[in-house]
Amino acid sequence: MTLQLPPRLALAHITKRYPGVTANDDVSLSVAPGEIHAVLGENGAGKSTLMKIIFGAVRPDAGEVHFNGAPVAIASPHDARNLGIAMVFQHFSLFDTLTVTENIALGLPPKEVGGMKQLAERIRATAARYGLPLEPNRHVHTLSVGERQRVEIVRALLARPQLLILDEPTSVLTPQAVETLFVTLRQLAEEGTSILYISHKLDEIRALCHHATVMRMGRVTGVCDPRAESAASLSRLMIGGEPPREARVTTERGPVRLAVRDLSVPRAHAFATELQQIALDVHAGEIVGIAGVSGNGQQELLAALSGEDPRGAAGSVQIDHQPVGRLDAAARRRVGLAFVPEERLGRGAVPGMSLSANTLLSHQTPPYVRGGMVSPKAAEGLAAGIINRFRVKASGPAALARSLSGGNLQKFIVGREIESGPKVLIVAQPTWGVDVGAAAQIHNEILALKATGCAVLVVSEELDELFGLCDRLHVMAKGHLSPSIPVESATREQVGLWMSGLWEGGPASERPHAATEGASHG
Amino acid sequence: MADLRSPLTLAPRGAPSRPMAYASPVFALVLTLLFGALLFLVLGKDPVAALKVFLVDPLKDKRAIGEVLLKTVPLVLCALGLSVCYRANVWNIGADGQLILGGIFAGAAVLYFDTPGHTIAGPAVLVIAGLAGIIGGMAWAAITALLKDRFNANEILVSLMLTYIAQQLLLWVVNGPLKDPAGMNFPQSKVFSSEFLLPNLLSGSRLHVGFLVMLVLVAAMTVFVFRSFAGFRLQVGGTAPLAARYAGFSSRKALWSALMISGGTAGLAGAFEVTGPIGQLLPSISPGYGFTAIIVAFVGRLHPVGAVFGGIVMSLFYIGGEMAQSRLGLPSAIGWVFQGMLLFFLLACDTLIDNRLRWRARAA
Repeated sequence: MTLQLPPRLALAHITKRYPGVTANDDVSLSVAPGEIHAVLGENGAGKSTLMKIIFGAVRPDAGEVHFNGAPVAIASPHDARNLGIAMVFQHFSLFDTLTVTENIALGLPPKEVGGMKQLAERIRATAARYGLPLEPNRHVHTLSVGERQRVEIVRALLARPQLLILDEPTSVLTPQAVETLFVTLRQLAEEGTSILYISHKLDEIRALCHHATVMRMGRVTGVCDPRAESAASLSRLMIGGEPPREARVTTERGPVRLAVRDLSVPRAHAFATELQQIALDVHAGEIVGIAGVSGNGQQELLAALSGEDPRGAAGSVQIDHQPVGRLDAAARRRVGLAFVPEERLGRGAVPGMSLSANTLLSHQTPPYVRGGMVSPKAAEGLAAGIINRFRVKASGPAALARSLSGGNLQKFIVGREIESGPKVLIVAQPTWGVDVGAAAQIHNEILALKATGCAVLVVSEELDELFGLCDRLHVMAKGHLSPSIPVESATREQVGLWMSGLWEGGPASERPHAATEGASHG
Repeated sequence: MADLRSPLTLAPRGAPSRPMAYASPVFALVLTLLFGALLFLVLGKDPVAALKVFLVDPLKDKRAIGEVLLKTVPLVLCALGLSVCYRANVWNIGADGQLILGGIFAGAAVLYFDTPGHTIAGPAVLVIAGLAGIIGGMAWAAITALLKDRFNANEILVSLMLTYIAQQLLLWVVNGPLKDPAGMNFPQSKVFSSEFLLPNLLSGSRLHVGFLVMLVLVAAMTVFVFRSFAGFRLQVGGTAPLAARYAGFSSRKALWSALMISGGTAGLAGAFEVTGPIGQLLPSISPGYGFTAIIVAFVGRLHPVGAVFGGIVMSLFYIGGEMAQSRLGLPSAIGWVFQGMLLFFLLACDTLIDNRLRWRARAA
């Protein structure tokens, strides 16, 4: 005991209250040097608040923080960085109008930046070393969500931290890239870096972490060695019961509802992905998934399908054989399309408006809008119904969209789109950052909609989700879409390779550095 | 370690406080009056008597009240349009220029018909003048919209600078094309014939029918902002462009309609000024109504009805400033000081909508 190093980080009896909620209640936690420590819990369990306290972004109401054995008061992220703590946030803190290099330079102490050229080189080198391809001179607003997260990870790694905090870092990576990241994290741990790994993905935690602190509703409900636990036992600690089961439905496949034919869209800006001859069909009563690493054209495809980018040829997108390629989003909705976008706040919902006002984004017909006039009563009724049916945690239809947690807002948006009774539903990242219970609920709603004969297209970067939900899978790479494969005959390895564009006639002619052997005869 | 920080801290509220949103302008007004009294004290005036000059005397009889309401007309009209703009996240601060252009257009329209031996009816000309004013204001705002739309030029700078150009334009027309030929070379137009002036609303005061038009527009704008789908689209387009595109609304349309609405109301205000209390074109037709209207809009919580209350307060400060000059021997700029204090305190009090004051917890 005398020889043992003090823990890198020790939290004792941390409590943090917000108006109406206790985010952390008497939380203690200890991380040894070189340890990979998981913090496991559903959304709203208090993980993010705890991490913000460690990072100095939030001050606790009570409790102590020790770093390398010494008591510390971390008053700001600046203090945290000086101690050697780096964090990759779940919500990105990047300036859209600046380049990757400029953003990273802002987060570093001035003397560490050196020249911008050298910094760009360091970024490139670090990114390549950790398998996180990144172009330092691109502007952040041109990056997909996944690419933005890469910026955050690289920024944290550049500071060579003693303690690295990662908040749900793998949601945007291919299975192969997750493996690469894990190799990196293990290497960092061996070099003595402590890692706090926040996640709700039980498999990852069991594969990677040495210890796990499980939280539920602001309290610690268990500390364990995840390698010795089963997914079921971890899940019980996390949600206090058995995980909800998802009903698998088999439905008769109906006629083609959504048909995409030879859809090519030139890039809207220098760093966008050009869509090249996309072709896909979604039948009534069928769920089709699109897998792929973010930034390979999913954003562009979704915008072209939803009508946010109506530059495709008229016939290239058809809903019930009606050409809609040139129509705007509202016009496509009238034909029977519904769309759940990847960004909830600011795109799927107006942050500063009430939930009932937000229903009007996709319900623009009587009784909600009649003769150019809004019916507040009808909109309120609709919002109340969605809140009720989808068990959205909100104070009521008058609650502002930004006051909801990510998971609850997602439930609301999914509910709003389903309530319109669509013929075609397109969902991007249905359960991104959503807790296990809400994710199961959203999946069940999508499956129920399929059973009613809706055609559903799901774009997700989480393979588990796609495999669990879909009937057929496409993979997107470099603006091309692979042929579809039935889920039953698809393997993760094959889909993972396709993510690099390695399908028959795929766009991977330039041979990426990833494992390519034995690829083309998949 | 001694804690030298203030014992009071700001703690974020869970959700913005609605009562505070309405209480904030009241707090700001009370603080303005308190500090105003202090200012009078420092200047060696009896604060009670001075505040009476500011707040009570302008309301002492029908004529005085008429003067206060008369000044609310341009303030509220400009503020109505600005409220829509700010809700749509379009930062038009050039309402004064749009008002001036409205005045020029309306004045030109009246002068066109106001010839010896004319046969056209007065009300018809007044309607034409009002419409001309709206068109003038819209045209001026359209420059800002166009530059923003095509070149993404900052609307704050463009609209502000266009105000100074508008002032020069007015100076030019009263020195050139619209100068009274019989005016002994004074830079002003001829005085409009009395049938081409807005009829009075209250006998014995200068308050004109434009006040009623203003009230109707307040009601119409309330419906537009809170009930119409067009108003909803505008606010979504301004505050969340991606959500607007997601919903199929055009953010360009939001930009254009916001600026057209505020240009239109400001232009109408200009038309009412020249066909109302002024009765001709002068080198200056607005003592900064378009700028004061910014404060009016915010004091009124960007709500059309709120703008009426904000307008009355600001109008009082205008008149109080003039009275302070004549009765107290203070510079009339004192009115501007009060306006500035009100905006300053309002912004400070607005912090309390999203935050609340709390005693700092004792350090553990």
